[in-house]
Amino acid sequence: MMKILVTVKEVATVEDEFEIEGTSIADQYLGSDLNEWDDYAVEEAVQLQEAGLADEVVTVTIGPEDCEQTIRQALAKGADRAIRVWDDALEDVDVLDVGAKTDILGAVVEAEDPDLVLTGVQSGDDSWGATGVALAEDLGFEWAAVVNHLEHDLEDGVASVRRELEGGVEELTDVGLPAVLTIQTGINEPRYASLRGIRQAQRKPLDVQGLDDLGVDAAAVEGAVTLTDMYEPESESDVTVWEGGAEDAAGQLAELLREKGVAP
Amino acid sequence: MSDVLAITDHRRGELRDVSYEIITAGRDLADETGGDLHLAVISGTVDEFAEKLDREGVDAIHTVDYGEEFNHGVYTQTITQLYDELAPQYVLAPNSVNGLDYAPAVANELDLPIVTDAVGLETDGDTLGVTREMFGGKVETATELEGDAVVTIRSAEWPAAEGTGDATIEAFDVEIDEDALGSTVTGFEEVGGGDVDISEADVLVSVGRGIEEEDNIPIIEELADALDATISSSRPIVDNGWLPKNRQVGQSGKVVTPDVYIAIGISGAVQHVAGMKGSDTIVAINTDPNAPIMDIADYAIHDDLFDVIPALTEEFQ
Ligand SMILES: Cc1cc2nc3c(=O)[nH]c(=O)nc-3n(C[C@H](O)[C@H](O)[C@H](O)COP(=O)(O)OP(=O)(O)OC[C@H]3O[C@@H](n4cnc5c(N)ncnc54)[C@H](O)[C@@H]3O)c2cc1C
Repeated sequence: MMKILVTVKEVATVEDEFEIEGTSIADQYLGSDLNEWDDYAVEEAVQLQEAGLADEVVTVTIGPEDCEQTIRQALAKGADRAIRVWDDALEDVDVLDVGAKTDILGAVVEAEDPDLVLTGVQSGDDSWGATGVALAEDLGFEWAAVVNHLEHDLEDGVASVRRELEGGVEELTDVGLPAVLTIQTGINEPRYASLRGIRQAQRKPLDVQGLDDLGVDAAAVEGAVTLTDMYEPESESDVTVWEGGAEDAAGQLAELLREKGVAP
Repeated sequence: MSDVLAITDHRRGELRDVSYEIITAGRDLADETGGDLHLAVISGTVDEFAEKLDREGVDAIHTVDYGEEFNHGVYTQTITQLYDELAPQYVLAPNSVNGLDYAPAVANELDLPIVTDAVGLETDGDTLGVTREMFGGKVETATELEGDAVVTIRSAEWPAAEGTGDATIEAFDVEIDEDALGSTVTGFEEVGGGDVDISEADVLVSVGRGIEEEDNIPIIEELADALDATISSSRPIVDNGWLPKNRQVGQSGKVVTPDVYIAIGISGAVQHVAGMKGSDTIVAINTDPNAPIMDIADYAIHDDLFDVIPALTEEFQ
């Protein structure tokens, strides 16, 4: 029986209208959510467990106490227990870069010793898209990036996956276990947590660990990358905005389509 | 210690466009560091590829004739050995699906920082400045790092290198540890076929997550009917199973170039834009005036699609 570890990130979301303060978006315009890609990773792990291929699904999150609500979402969808890593040393880190995440998650994987690690392809806020593969290399695990199908047999210690390449081409690959797979949206249909699941999630273990507990050096998480500026991108086109309410605007668009001869 | 090593990308016998773009990005950097630009061509018909890649600005091309198709283990081993041999300051790789399957591993193995999906690069020889997006393109950020680094670059951000170069083309003597290759590619499959080819359409009515529910799709269908246009969509609509895969526009779907592309409740993430930015006229209907789609739209309506679309349909009935 397999043990599966799923990385779960609480991502920052931004409101339509927002302001930038220094190198970040002002707090009042920020919200939070379970990373879209991780939602699919959690679902895949839970489905493997339901198929009798795994006996434990553990989530790991790097984040402050505030993100426990997001972690409980993953537990409500069926993960068995959760680990949250946080530390004073992480409080002041401005960019938690790929190397820093790899060090922290690597220590958790070593302690938990799973057969399979599922991560999202990327996180919706900073979109590095690199942590899963770096983590695999660090651990001496095999890996596959951008997986949109996983055969649920995992016989002989091999995971048969499809990697979604560009332009509607999929690559069929056999990956030896233990492995890290970065999960792409669309691989499954993530469930909504049931009321029962939400109730149960409150009682599931959520273990908090600091860098010392994991044996990770605080200097290692400072990272190599610094953020020096944030701004709204310049527009590449001269956009004509049709004002005057929905009906007027629809009328203008209709006129354009007729002018171009593409509408009756 | 001032050279640049850029890794090229190919698939099923064809070099991908980003391979020529990475020459431009690499040359610009090497001009600033005062070093040479090296290219690596790994697996496949490397000699033929090398000849095509010998464009202006390339100093050396290292070919590795090992295997036909991409294998991340072969790439990772080769690039780390090339790094040891050439000691470049920067390693550039494409931010393609395959690039993301080896570049993080290379960086980790070499103990170098990695920055992905760069849209701009500059260096003074010590500090590397990388421009990248956050929050699905709503903001751009400037990041900096010191010393050697691995960077992946976004496709279609740098112009393709042109002209003919006089690079030295040399086979690199790599030692692949076959026992360490833990994954095997067993085949490829084209998906998203079927009866409709959205890339043939003159007018695309394209729907995104702003539509909220499957039950709302008919209002888009009614508009398409009234206009005699074809329906396409962003990825989440296909992921949710509300429309078939052959309707998906973008990096992992189809590239389309209609006369008019009407983006309805689509934010304009880079992977979507990659599939439709060549459209003649782009119209965006979106409640968010700051959505990235506005940066490439010719016409925009900053309003609720549930008000705009029925009104538009009515115009043609
Ligand atoms: C490897 C990889 C490959 C990918 N390939 C593709 C691809 O091929 N194609 C693709 O599309 N994506 C692709 N993506 C996903 C991409 O990153 C985005 O997640 C996706 O394009 C978002 O789709 P969307 O714009 O419909 O949804 P969102 O980003 O959620 O945007 C919804 C928009 O609707 C607007 N809206 C909401 N309600 C209303 C309303 N009532 N009226 C008007 N507007 C409204 C919102 O303001 C928002 O801008 C890929 C991602 C990865 C990592």
